[in-house]
Amino acid sequence: MKHLLDCLKTYWKEAALSPLFKLFEVGLELLVPLVVAAIIDVGIGGGDSGYIVRAGLLLVAFGALGLVFALTAQYFAAKAAVGTAAELRSRLFRKLQSLSFSAIDGIGTAQMITRMTSDVNQVQTGVNMALRLFLRSPFVVFGAMAMAFVIDVKAALVFVAVIPLLAVVIYTVMGVCVPLYQKVQGNLDKVYLSTRENLSGVRVIRAFSLEESEQREFGARCGALTKSQKTVGRIAALTSPLTFVLINVAVIVLLYVGAIRVDGGYLEQGQVVALYGYLAQILIELVKLANLIVTVTKAASCQKRIGRVLDMEGEPEVLLPAEEEEGPAVEFRDVSFAYEGGGANALTGISFSAERGETVGIVGGTGSGKSTLVSLLPRFYAATEGSVRIGGKDVKAIPADDLRKTVAVVPQKAVLFKGTIRSNLLWGNGEAAEEELLRAVSLAQAEDVVAAKGGLDGEIAQEGRNLSGGQRQRLTIARALVRRPGILILDDSMSALDYATDRNLRNALKTLGCTVFLVSQRAASVSHADKIVVLDEGRLAGVGTHEELLERCEVYREIYRSQVRRDV
Amino acid sequence: MRSSTLRGILRYLRPYSFFLVCTVLLALVNVAGSLAVPYLAGRGVDCILGRGEVDYPALYRIFCAIAVCIAVSAAAQWLMSLSNNRIAYHVLADIRTDAFRKIEVLPLKYLDARAFGETASTVITDAEQFSEGLLLGFTQLFTGAATILGVLVILFVMRWEIALVVLFVTPLSLFAAKFISSRTYRMFREQSDVRAEQTAFIDEMVGNLKVVKAFCHERENEETFDEINARLKRCSLKAVFFSSTTNPATRFVNAVAYALVALSGALLVLTGGAFTVGNLSSALSYASQYSKPFNEITEVIAEFQNALACAARLFALIGEESEPSDGGNVPLGKVRGEVELSHVDFSYTPEKKLIEDLSFKAPAGKRIAIVGPTGCGKTTLINLLMRFYDVNGGSVTVDGKDVRAVTRRSLRENYGMVLQETWLKTATVRENLCMGRPSASEEEMIAAAKAAHAHHFIMRLPKGYDTVLGDEGALSQGQKQLLCIARVMLLRPPMLILDEATSNIDTRTELKVQDAFAKLMEGRTCFIVAHRLSTIENADLILVMKEGAIIEQGTHSDLLARRGFYYELYNAQFAE
Repeated sequence: MKHLLDCLKTYWKEAALSPLFKLFEVGLELLVPLVVAAIIDVGIGGGDSGYIVRAGLLLVAFGALGLVFALTAQYFAAKAAVGTAAELRSRLFRKLQSLSFSAIDGIGTAQMITRMTSDVNQVQTGVNMALRLFLRSPFVVFGAMAMAFVIDVKAALVFVAVIPLLAVVIYTVMGVCVPLYQKVQGNLDKVYLSTRENLSGVRVIRAFSLEESEQREFGARCGALTKSQKTVGRIAALTSPLTFVLINVAVIVLLYVGAIRVDGGYLEQGQVVALYGYLAQILIELVKLANLIVTVTKAASCQKRIGRVLDMEGEPEVLLPAEEEEGPAVEFRDVSFAYEGGGANALTGISFSAERGETVGIVGGTGSGKSTLVSLLPRFYAATEGSVRIGGKDVKAIPADDLRKTVAVVPQKAVLFKGTIRSNLLWGNGEAAEEELLRAVSLAQAEDVVAAKGGLDGEIAQEGRNLSGGQRQRLTIARALVRRPGILILDDSMSALDYATDRNLRNALKTLGCTVFLVSQRAASVSHADKIVVLDEGRLAGVGTHEELLERCEVYREIYRSQVRRDV
Repeated sequence: MRSSTLRGILRYLRPYSFFLVCTVLLALVNVAGSLAVPYLAGRGVDCILGRGEVDYPALYRIFCAIAVCIAVSAAAQWLMSLSNNRIAYHVLADIRTDAFRKIEVLPLKYLDARAFGETASTVITDAEQFSEGLLLGFTQLFTGAATILGVLVILFVMRWEIALVVLFVTPLSLFAAKFISSRTYRMFREQSDVRAEQTAFIDEMVGNLKVVKAFCHERENEETFDEINARLKRCSLKAVFFSSTTNPATRFVNAVAYALVALSGALLVLTGGAFTVGNLSSALSYASQYSKPFNEITEVIAEFQNALACAARLFALIGEESEPSDGGNVPLGKVRGEVELSHVDFSYTPEKKLIEDLSFKAPAGKRIAIVGPTGCGKTTLINLLMRFYDVNGGSVTVDGKDVRAVTRRSLRENYGMVLQETWLKTATVRENLCMGRPSASEEEMIAAAKAAHAHHFIMRLPKGYDTVLGDEGALSQGQKQLLCIARVMLLRPPMLILDEATSNIDTRTELKVQDAFAKLMEGRTCFIVAHRLSTIENADLILVMKEGAIIEQGTHSDLLARRGFYYELYNAQFAE
């Protein structure tokens, strides 16, 4: 609630004015039965047709004025709701961008997108409805009661009795239904999951002839959904008849009390009609309120989910105070690392160093920690124990922005963004000149890609879908080179390249003078590196040149032999 | 189109015709009861004329009548909801089940051509909107119409002048609503366009947040985001505000109608005659209730359009042509595994030829490797072997039987398949492993997992074999692949298809898996598609494909000796 209110604060004027104008509108509506009572008691009672006409015109005027008030209220409510939603979205976006990689792993993409889109939209509707209607209903209900007191205290006691009863009915039904609705949603999610899985896994399902068992499962999930829908429907459907019964029983009681009061001469006939009118107003309002509660409850739970994201800690700029120390270009000092909630260490006791301009190859089996190792360099994840040092400085002491400007990464998944080749390359360095872009393209062996797309301004579809895997990989490499990094990390980012391109690229990188970390599954790709780091299940199995490792390192030999002709 | 949609709807409603009749009858009872109350209350008011002029006996009779009306009407309303829910939710389940059943038998040609999300949203969202909009909307429409008619009849019976006032003034709210909605349509369009733009941006940037952070691109993103956000804010405000003017407008029309009823009614009472103050009270009560059904009907009609469109999409899916039936086909039985393709022609679209006059023979128990550049038709070949697609010309035979003459199930049971994209169900590891053979024993399952080098990491999962795998679960791509391999290991079919099955596993693990596969492959016909040539060197037959045709075939040493395309491919791998 804190964040929502905080965002709403900018629009406090609108948020206050909207209910205020609603109040005016309701006030006018509440005067209507009094006017009608006057028409009956004064106009009809006194046989004064002029009075009746004047009172009738007054009612029309009330309507017109009410329209003006209502429109004003709607406008302010819309402005506050839309503005709050925009502010929430903006804050969410900034928060998500500030999260650490561990936090990103924790939430997951799908969730982040839902928070930013449908959840915020629900909150917008919720705020809008709350400002417009949530306050209106209590105004009408309690206003009607107050007016009843003005007319006749004894008769008004009927209102005092029936309103709490109505509140109890509505809140009990809602209280029972809200958790049930969540159950319905859970069941619906399962039905959705079945559907999606059967589409994405259609080949496997057919290959295993699972159609019938999948249908049975889907049928069962649908059945569970229907059952829960009917259960909640049965209870929710009680609201309307119960309020109807309560209000109309109140009508009987009111007529009875009214009859006695009129008989005793304390009340007039028209006033009884007016009291009856107030009861009718309450009934209409409550029906609206019941529908509203569902919308607002939904919005409230969305708001809670958004709040949880906004409450998350952003990634800190630095984790340690700066220290001055000289050292090699890159050094791992007894580094261990475990993913949050991941249990066992992904890396244990890793130590090695690399000099400026060296190429370091990193090889190892699936899950041996290759990607993890290199992601410690730009501090995507922070080492749990030991330290990763660049030029002698612990990366935990270098501000994230500076660090990531020095260390450029070409990720495993080659992703480009909607726009042009140029706009993508400029991600590396927004100020890069044309020649620099072209040079990076040429170094990355991507000249043919640029030519095929008709130059640097060639269009790139979302995620680079209009390019092949190899084309994407070369452009992502070019993007990193535009950065002119001190340290370049290629995280298995040449897998889709053919061997000749792979070789040309490696040769080109050597001319750059930056320290290159080359993660690869191909022994051939790393065999010419100045230094090869061999990982086995998170531990260092060997460091050295190709020849040294072939001699000393069993794991490396195994990898190399598995790929290269047996007779080597 | 329209009429076929309506026929479709009626077909789904037919089994519930009893409940449909109940709903209609109960709605009528409910409307009658709730309309009787204001009338009776008005009569009650007439019994309370003034001091000493109260007709208590008549009043008590009226109270009893009101009580009966309340009870009957409330009961009818509740039962009507139940009956209507039953129809709506059961039809929803029926239609979803049918749509799902259709998905299971649709040709892959249909499914491959569409995004999964699109089809899934038809089954989930469209079905829901159809059910809510059309079926729940129906009762609202019916009760609304009945209420309007009932009120008019009562007013005409009471006093035609009043009825005329209501009859002419209130429909103005319909016009107002229509006017506003036609104006706001454009604004909503604009809003949804900008919203779509923003969602696409969020999708792209949040989906690749790690890249954004790696390149410190946060600031630039914020600028772009804020620009779109500001535009969205502007057009949302317009759309939200203008659409929210409907209610005040109808309330205004209603207030005018109310005032006119009060005015004309009071004057009528004054002129004397049968119109009493109690009648006036009833008439006012009706006038204030009268606009509600109008509002509801306007909303329902707007949703009707949408619901019909949803229904049309659902029926289009359900009416889609299924795969040719297996009817009359015989089961294939256990095969030796001799596969032959003769003169096969195939293409996904008639305009773009893919495979032409393809022939080869895979003797039982031999290992066939398929190599070639991307797009040469390797994956297509698998589609044809598994009969995911049918050939356009020529034939595919297994043990001499045309695959089109045997049941799909029996054909596919003879194959074990490990595909490039690893697909696992959101279920436990155990369920995933035993997918092809639910009857497998615990020992068999563990043996298969061990053979695929999966047992070790499965045991490290939080609940071992009972861990539920989510779509984005904690498994790495390579681990998923190992599970897929274990799944086939358990099946031990006479024929295997491995589609780039090892591309996500590093070569060291692959060596172990290859080892396990070697055991599995013994005596089985295998089709292997892989990028890395080292993995297929010891195949019995290598098919080199290029542009849909087999351009070379033979063993590894044959092909090398030929110094052709395969020779080039192979040597590129070790070029320095």
